[in-house]
Amino acid sequence: MQIPLSWLKELVDIDVPAEVLADRMTKAGIETTLTYIGVPQQHIPGIQMPPSDHLVWDRERIKLGRILEVKPHPDADRLVLAIVDYGADEPEQCVTGAPNLFEYKGIGPLEAPLWTVIALEGAEVWDGHSDTPKRMILKGRPLRGIYNKSMVCSEKELGISDEHEGVILMHDDPGKPVGTPLQDVFGDVVLTVELTPNLARCYSVTGVAREISALLDKPLRMPSTHVMMAGPDISQSVKILIEDADLNPRFTAMLLMGTTIQPSPEWLQRRLKLIGQRPINNIVDVTNYVMFESGQPLHAFDYDKLVERAGGIPTIITRRARPGETVETLDGQLRKLTTDNELVCDTAGPLALAGVMGGAETEISDGTTNVLLESANWHFINVRRTMQQHKIATEASIRFSRGVHQAQAEIGVRRGIELMRQLGGGTVSSGVMDVVAKPAPRIAVTLYESEIKRLTGMAVGIKQAANILVRLQFDVTLRADSLVAVVPDHRTDISDDPVIGQADLIEEIARIIGLDNLPTTLMDETLPEQWSNVPLEREEHTRDVLVALGLQENITHRFSTPEAEALLIPRGAAGRPGLNVPAGADYVRIANPIQPDKTVLRHSLLPNILNAVRSNLRHTSHQAVFEIGSVYFRVAGQQLPDEPSRLAIVLAGPRQPDHFSRQAAPSADFFDLKGIVEGLLRGLHISAWSLKAQGGPSLHPGRSAAITIDGSVAGHFGELHPLVARAFGLPADVPVMVGEFDLERIQNAVNPLYGTAPVPTTPPVYEDIALVVRDSVPAGDLHAVIEQSGGDLLRSARLFDVYTGSSVPQGHKSLAFSLVYQAEDRTLSDAEVAAVRKKIVKAAQKAFDAQLRG
Amino acid sequence: MLEKLESVYQQAQAELTEIRDSAALAAWKSRYIGGKGAVSQLLRGIGGLTPEERPVFGKRANEVMAALDEAYAAREVLVQDIEMAADLEGAALDVTLPGRQPAMGRLHPSTQTLRRFSEIWAEMGFSVYRSRDVETDEMNFTLLNFPPHHPARDMQDTFYTTDPDVILRTHTSAGQIRAMRELGGGGTKPIRVVLPGMCYRFEQITNRSEAQFYQVEGIAVGHNITMSDLKGTVAEFARKMYSPDAKVRYRASYFPFTEPSMEIDIECFLCGGEGCSVCKHTGWLEIAGSGMIHPVVLRNGGYDPAEWSGFAFGMGPERIAMLKHGITDIRNFWANDSRFLEQF
Repeated sequence: MQIPLSWLKELVDIDVPAEVLADRMTKAGIETTLTYIGVPQQHIPGIQMPPSDHLVWDRERIKLGRILEVKPHPDADRLVLAIVDYGADEPEQCVTGAPNLFEYKGIGPLEAPLWTVIALEGAEVWDGHSDTPKRMILKGRPLRGIYNKSMVCSEKELGISDEHEGVILMHDDPGKPVGTPLQDVFGDVVLTVELTPNLARCYSVTGVAREISALLDKPLRMPSTHVMMAGPDISQSVKILIEDADLNPRFTAMLLMGTTIQPSPEWLQRRLKLIGQRPINNIVDVTNYVMFESGQPLHAFDYDKLVERAGGIPTIITRRARPGETVETLDGQLRKLTTDNELVCDTAGPLALAGVMGGAETEISDGTTNVLLESANWHFINVRRTMQQHKIATEASIRFSRGVHQAQAEIGVRRGIELMRQLGGGTVSSGVMDVVAKPAPRIAVTLYESEIKRLTGMAVGIKQAANILVRLQFDVTLRADSLVAVVPDHRTDISDDPVIGQADLIEEIARIIGLDNLPTTLMDETLPEQWSNVPLEREEHTRDVLVALGLQENITHRFSTPEAEALLIPRGAAGRPGLNVPAGADYVRIANPIQPDKTVLRHSLLPNILNAVRSNLRHTSHQAVFEIGSVYFRVAGQQLPDEPSRLAIVLAGPRQPDHFSRQAAPSADFFDLKGIVEGLLRGLHISAWSLKAQGGPSLHPGRSAAITIDGSVAGHFGELHPLVARAFGLPADVPVMVGEFDLERIQNAVNPLYGTAPVPTTPPVYEDIALVVRDSVPAGDLHAVIEQSGGDLLRSARLFDVYTGSSVPQGHKSLAFSLVYQAEDRTLSDAEVAAVRKKIVKAAQKAFDAQLRG
Repeated sequence: MLEKLESVYQQAQAELTEIRDSAALAAWKSRYIGGKGAVSQLLRGIGGLTPEERPVFGKRANEVMAALDEAYAAREVLVQDIEMAADLEGAALDVTLPGRQPAMGRLHPSTQTLRRFSEIWAEMGFSVYRSRDVETDEMNFTLLNFPPHHPARDMQDTFYTTDPDVILRTHTSAGQIRAMRELGGGGTKPIRVVLPGMCYRFEQITNRSEAQFYQVEGIAVGHNITMSDLKGTVAEFARKMYSPDAKVRYRASYFPFTEPSMEIDIECFLCGGEGCSVCKHTGWLEIAGSGMIHPVVLRNGGYDPAEWSGFAFGMGPERIAMLKHGITDIRNFWANDSRFLEQF
């Protein structure tokens, strides 16, 4: 909301610079920024403000002037000569083309006063003819033969608005003598306040002035609510009927007869422009003005139209809409209503959407003479729902939807009707039509001094607390160590619950004292019991191991689409995207997706990380990445989905970065990925795992594996199926290795109490053996047999060569192992080693028909 | 003979001092002190001397032999040094050529920031409690004192799911009630936890806003916890996270689940409070929203607000990483462009 400082100053004495005020308000919870109109920005030590690039009106050269006469230009039809009195001995002659001066051209000295703004030679103004903001300095020069060194200014040239159709002309006395520096006439600072939902009471000039009054400890001057009433009693002219007291606790109305619709006076128009409202006519302008002044929205009806509809004395009825009912609102839209919508009606039907927008049929027109002014109170949540339902946000509904106290209704109607009378004439009917269907509760909160200390940590005396609450217009009764505060009738945010109400008051006290002034302490409290978060620790350990293995962590969006996930299943293949998806699990579907590619929560980490890899492969050849994060399974019978964690790994491109000294490394393949998986399991000290060939439909059937831990699948990895790679737009020439793992299953297998072996002190014996087996024998199975048959004396067996060729029979392969024999307590003899080797070969022979080679 | 011996001795010595490589040294060795060298040959001619001359010559020849052996040994060390120096010089590399890059892994910047957060909070006695992403409307809003349709709900644009009352959490505060109920022993035990996690808001994805982001919520509940403690605790965090002399400012604010509520700013560490584009010329950077846990929320967590009090705070690791490292586009965090991630 925008509020001119000049307006605030009518309600409260502000004896600090605007910058100090904005800083105080911001720290007290009302975030305030400043816009300057003609006056300089002040630099206050300790307060940083964004530098403003507004035009500062030169006090010597930009002044209030009065046009004495408008003469024709002898040589130019499109120019005139404005003779302007600006307080100097001689009036100034300005050559100007302002179209709004032409009506005065050549009619001689003006009889009615006409004020304007004059800028003299050397003054800096905005260039009114430039489309982009550009400053210029006024210089003397002839204009079609007549020397000119000054100008009458448009609003655009002064930086007040973008208006450049004509120069500023004022018929109403601006209240200052000609020659007064313009800064002292229209110079102002506009406060823009950001209001959080708890500050509903501040949606008005009075509301903000009230806060300032408390902050600066200066008295508040409320606008007068006196009304001159001379007409017959209003009860003879209108009746009010409230059907639902919860939705409409109070309805007030006053009646103005015989008024004239006309433009508002210039001061009112200027004010409305400063707060961002467009002046329309005196009646509509007053409803806006009083709403901004008091916070109470008003609605003006053309009374005669009501009488016409009723065929006599109208009855205003407030009620819920009936099914199928419609109303045409002021914006010309026909609104289809539901029974949640509260209406203002008469006996003939709906008139307005209560608290949100008026109806077209009974609105004020140029011919209106009798005005019925409504000032009502509506339930904030009902108004908010209607706003959302019909997607309307008006200044009125914004205020009602945050909560307006019903006491404001009478203040608003009295203030409004009197201003209308003053501006348009007419007679106000006697009395306020006031129906209170549900009185506001009177809330009194008992606040204990000890409670202030308990919550803030600051010893605030009960007298100081009382003083602050009085400044905020609470009605306070002081006791020994407590006070009773009656909540003022502009606030709806103080609870009648004894504990909550105290907290509400303490918040007020703390923010007025200033949170910077509270002590800064550390908790003086026994430390609650600490625990270690084992899943988190293991997850972080997993990250560390993967980073040590050379992988870059990625974090992707957790949104996806079923279509994007379906790309993981190649055409013709069966299966669901994702790992260990519970049977029947559905997606968590977003009801209001922000983008078409974010309609569900993911079942698999792979689609998003593959998309990231694809993007990266456009500018780099190497990708080695992982992601750890949740997937989401909507399971029947549960309100909330399962959110298990998954790990994804993707490798693509050369396994080593390029270097001038060596040839480009080959692309990462299955064994690079397997090495990382093994490294991860080793790093986590997981030993009980096994592999089986083929890792699911997304992977190359011959170059993938599933990993099993404790009998259940803990992941699958391998080369991405070429059809899936194509579906994700990955380059065809680079194989992509992917893996997805069930993090819980992996983490559950971690053995934190893993054992260690002593470092041997005896010399090892090294020996290589090559065994020829059929092609179909898995190397891992042979390896297992070697390890098992080698017994305690075989320290390790490492496969170092796989050979097929002329010296090996067709359909066979030679697997060569490097064996290390070692005993812990002695140097092994040749005979001992030979015996172990014999056992190994025999076992291999028995299991796989293996033959010792060469 | 003796003169000849002396002359050979002198010549051998003179030659030896000139020798700078092992080949010349080996030639010198065979020329003078080898089995067929000059000294040995002279010794072999000892038969032609008189019996009186023989012992004198023999003794002298042995002395010369020993002296030359010793000189040889010394020279050998010197020659090895000279040759090694020459070898090393010849093996010099262009050290300005690029090094071989190992494939280096890194943590995502958000993980790095989250870890730093958890570390600092752990030092102050806060354990990590993780809560779920998909939440009930009740946990995310109602129990946190956002009644249904309350205007405060406008502060957080929400992703709804097709299941009624099931939403994506808009803040990690959604885990507050779960933490209090699970760890608070029915309102009998103090707790101190931080809740890190991904949050979701229905916001257009731009350089300044994301539909998902990390948040870290912290809560402390006890018998004697005050707003002053909140100030001190967060100031301590700021000193550890930013710099030992970080200046902190506190502004009143509003969150439905805290009262009093406050925003916490630190003096802009880029301009030292002078005003710059990052702090929008205010000299301050917003780092956390916080406040005393609202009595309604304490009650919903199982605590009696007349006996217990507590504070809560929430901060965003992405925002903090952006401030610290001059990141101007929040979309970088989930785009995973390696050119971005490699800088951390």
